[in-house]
Amino acid sequence: MIEIEGLTKKFGPIAAVAGIDLRVAKGEVLGFLGPNGAGKSTTMKMVTGYLAPDSGSARICGFDVEIDPISAQRSIGYLPEGAPAYGDMTPRQFLEFIAHVRGFSGAAAKSRVDTAVGKTELVAVLDQPIETLSKGFKRRVGLAQAILHDPPVLIMDEPTDGLDPNQKYSVRTLLKAMAPEKAIIISTHLLEEVEAVCTRAVIIDRGRVVADGTPSELLARSRHHNAVTLILPASQAEIANAKLRQLNGVSTVEQKPNAKGTVELTAFPKSGALLIESVSTLALAERWDVRELYAEPGRLDEVFRAITTHDAARAREIRS
Amino acid sequence: MNSVWPIFRREFTAYFATPLAYVFIVIFLFAMGAFTFYIGHFYENGVADLSVFFAYHPWLYLFLVPAISMRLWAEERRTGTMELLLTLPVPLWATVVGKYLAAWAFTGVALLLTFPIWITVNYLGHPDNGVILASYVGSLLMAGAYLAIGASISASTSNQVIAFIVSVVVCFLFTISGAPLVLDFFRLWAPLVLVNAVSSFSFLTHFSAITTGVIDLRDLVFFFSLIALFLTANVVIVDLKKTG
Repeated sequence: MIEIEGLTKKFGPIAAVAGIDLRVAKGEVLGFLGPNGAGKSTTMKMVTGYLAPDSGSARICGFDVEIDPISAQRSIGYLPEGAPAYGDMTPRQFLEFIAHVRGFSGAAAKSRVDTAVGKTELVAVLDQPIETLSKGFKRRVGLAQAILHDPPVLIMDEPTDGLDPNQKYSVRTLLKAMAPEKAIIISTHLLEEVEAVCTRAVIIDRGRVVADGTPSELLARSRHHNAVTLILPASQAEIANAKLRQLNGVSTVEQKPNAKGTVELTAFPKSGALLIESVSTLALAERWDVRELYAEPGRLDEVFRAITTHDAARAREIRS
Repeated sequence: MNSVWPIFRREFTAYFATPLAYVFIVIFLFAMGAFTFYIGHFYENGVADLSVFFAYHPWLYLFLVPAISMRLWAEERRTGTMELLLTLPVPLWATVVGKYLAAWAFTGVALLLTFPIWITVNYLGHPDNGVILASYVGSLLMAGAYLAIGASISASTSNQVIAFIVSVVVCFLFTISGAPLVLDFFRLWAPLVLVNAVSSFSFLTHFSAITTGVIDLRDLVFFFSLIALFLTANVVIVDLKKTG
């Protein structure tokens, strides 16, 4: 439903977006990740028709955003960066305005507004001016505005920014509930959000896609993927460390002091090896006093850093 | 056309959601009164017409209209609502026209509220109400032209102060271009055609023609084409900004 081809945008000499290709199908929730200034917002602005691309194209439900912006924009619900809204209006007035602009009137407009208000839990603040609302409510007004017309495509720039954990949870639940019927792109800095709601994660860096896969595929790239961590009393640490190193499939073991005289040992697998079984068998056989034992799925932040830490590291590589 | 209405309505109610509308209207009416009675010597003239009242409209508009138009686009740009507005399924021209008409209607309301002076002059004597009506129409058209200029300037910046100052200067040039101050300068050396051309851009010339009570087609064409020209410029400016 979203087809992006070779999208490029330059601001002066800097290429904010340098040729992005993406296709998002119905039922997909795509998490758009990247460091600040990677081009996430710029890409979203081009896809929604706010910025004109230098080259490339974006099609929404078959409509080219450049050629037929109105048809494309009808199919999009868009939450711009910072969830802008008219501060002097109340959420009710604002949402009614959006409903009217989107071609609903009378009872249809009212029921659209009511549904959106219900889904985003805005009832309590419906008649307060938006400028007096907290950050979380403002964000939810933006969300309500985006889902009001039940669009097939949702594009949201940091939908949970500024929300408290409960609000984040309810927004994620809302997104997941809508996901089967829609193609959704959300940008976020929160890696846990990707694991929580996204079916696909795309990392962009300096205007290019540098990784594209399911969250578990990205996790598999992590050094911690399938690593096993044990927490033991400090007295047993040395022996355990040595035994773990000899274990089949273990590439290396890291040791960190932990609270209350315990030590955290993490055994990293050789590629593809599964360690949890052999490590737990070993611990039983050796009668270690294990306080905790768990296998790690991998760490997204580690993958994220590995992929996007560029400038300094790469510059050093090139020089040497 | 359907999409102009909600844009218009939102913009128009926005004036009254803040003190802007009330402050503007009070100052507008106060200034109108002050100019008419104290500077224009409305009573002392002893003539039952509103020519002194209308004579000061161009000069008041010069400062008050840019105060309305300056926020029209600059504020949307500054608060980020521009992005929301331009990604809604509304043709750009409809957004431009809707916002413009709202500002114009608001000016119309302010102008309408000067009606006590019309009652006063009718109480005092027997003025030619046709002339007064024509003058009101002319005044509204002139305000519309100032607004269109101000709107397109507002679209080019996110700074309201800049929008205001530049609008005042541009409006001033359009106002004064028929005055002796400018024309005498051109008469010294320029051919008559050029002098007439410069003079023909003057709001004062066209407005004072209308205030004599004759709504000439040429004056209507002048104001409407000027409005159309600047609204087109407004569309182009907003569109150009999309290319970053």
